[in-house]
Amino acid sequence: MDNISISSPEQANLDTVLKGLWKENPVFVQVLGMCPVLAVTNTVMNSLVMGLATMFVLVSSSIFVSAFRKVIPRQVRIATYILIIATFVTVADYVIPAISLEVHRSLGAFVALIVVNCVILGRAEAFSSKNPIGKSILDALGMGAGFTIAIVLLGIVRELLGNGTILDFPVFGPDYEPWVVMVLPGGAFFALGAWLLVFAWFKERGSQKQNEVAA
Amino acid sequence: MPTKGPQLLLTTSPFLKQREDTAFLMWQVNYSLVPVLLVAVWFFGIAALLLTSACIAGAALPEWFLGRKSERNTLRDGSGIITGALLALTLPPTTPLWMAFLGGVIAITLGKLIFGGIGSNIFNPALVGRAFLQAAFPAAMTTWMLPEPGASLPLHGRLLALPFLKPDVDVITTATPLASMKFDAASTPVADLLLGSTAGSLGETSTIVILLCGLYLAVRRVLNWRIPVSIFATVALLAAVMYAIDPSRFATPQFHLFSGGLMLGAVFMATDPVSSPITQRGCWIFGAGIGVLVIVIRVFGGLPEGVMYAILLMNAATPLINRTTQARIYGENRRRERSSP
Repeated sequence: MDNISISSPEQANLDTVLKGLWKENPVFVQVLGMCPVLAVTNTVMNSLVMGLATMFVLVSSSIFVSAFRKVIPRQVRIATYILIIATFVTVADYVIPAISLEVHRSLGAFVALIVVNCVILGRAEAFSSKNPIGKSILDALGMGAGFTIAIVLLGIVRELLGNGTILDFPVFGPDYEPWVVMVLPGGAFFALGAWLLVFAWFKERGSQKQNEVAA
Repeated sequence: MPTKGPQLLLTTSPFLKQREDTAFLMWQVNYSLVPVLLVAVWFFGIAALLLTSACIAGAALPEWFLGRKSERNTLRDGSGIITGALLALTLPPTTPLWMAFLGGVIAITLGKLIFGGIGSNIFNPALVGRAFLQAAFPAAMTTWMLPEPGASLPLHGRLLALPFLKPDVDVITTATPLASMKFDAASTPVADLLLGSTAGSLGETSTIVILLCGLYLAVRRVLNWRIPVSIFATVALLAAVMYAIDPSRFATPQFHLFSGGLMLGAVFMATDPVSSPITQRGCWIFGAGIGVLVIVIRVFGGLPEGVMYAILLMNAATPLINRTTQARIYGENRRRERSSP
């Protein structure tokens, strides 16, 4: 039950989606995709857009990788995955400025850099290239949601402390003294470390309870 | 057969023992910080006392709380109190109390406990707290005021800003000697620097008192005298060379020695037994490295003062220094020693 069932031929179930949220969370458990996690989480809005864009690319590319998994030659599979991913990154890169120019400016080059996000390549290599389309979509949805939730959590901490606001709504009133370091790259490491600590603590408590039940 | 009469008690040496454990050393440092603190109270009034209390409270609270279930709770050995007191001495006298408290919490949790508590920290915890405050609140950390010696213990409204809010009270600010040197090329008389009647953080004003406390600690063998001596020598040498090249551009060596946080940093922070090298040769290298970095940051960097960053950077180099200055075991082959871990 607690084995990571990456390539098992079993039927897709709820766990295929849910494992991305908690048990195999791409940021807090696998610690993948650190570049956007550290770089664009300075506000909640940036984090949310980044997470949704990543999720879109993840789901779409997993459909294609899964559909062509028997045609792609093994030797050039990574290059092929990158091509598929880059196609959808380009789509996202054009959609975002069409919706909001402001968000596009604050995200800068990081949308284009989704193409090298190792969460996406990792899921293509480890999951969708070995599983049918339906199951791959469920896995991509779970992983994408887990990634989005994780970086929004980081964005909440950093915007709250670094700006005193959440989604530009002032939480502490106008006299708040901002912690400048939290919107700088250093603050990303502090916030990520704190969240990893919280997750590790919850996991340890969970396994302790399981042991108590088993004993 | 039970024997009667006086028994001959046989033990091995040493016969005379000195009680020299962690707590003893740490409290020695704490006592030697008291005069420095008293000078700060004389110059900056009750503010110095309140700030120090806030920092110590901020340092002691997580030390007690996070270690309460551990068998070796390190609150009693006084090392956390040193961290709090040293952090307070690096703060400007107008720092709001909540920032000082937060600095103490960060210093102990991020600087010490997260690495495994006393003896395991890579960086000097007080300077970690100070660096965090500098990065988080750059404006508050560079608001300096002139000291008011003995002026009926004035209390500044900025201190009492509510937690997380801006200190709204204005004070008459002034530049530190190093800042006016850097930005206006204006020197400060050395006598003022020695006595401490210049603007600066709580503990960077009176050079003489810090030197005397350092001398006491060095005589009691609590700190390794090689570190401050090599820092002073390097700074003086480099500053003298530059002053000789162009006296109109560079400050005198005595100005560099007695201004800013160099005294406090060299005597109390660089000598932290945990984050400084353990070999004697290593201590010379460590001090020289700090001296070079201080001059480089002060003269060529964008900041007026660089003692904090110099010490933190050399703390990071300490494991490397320790490895390269290992004593060679007598009779061992020079080549074989290299390959051993």
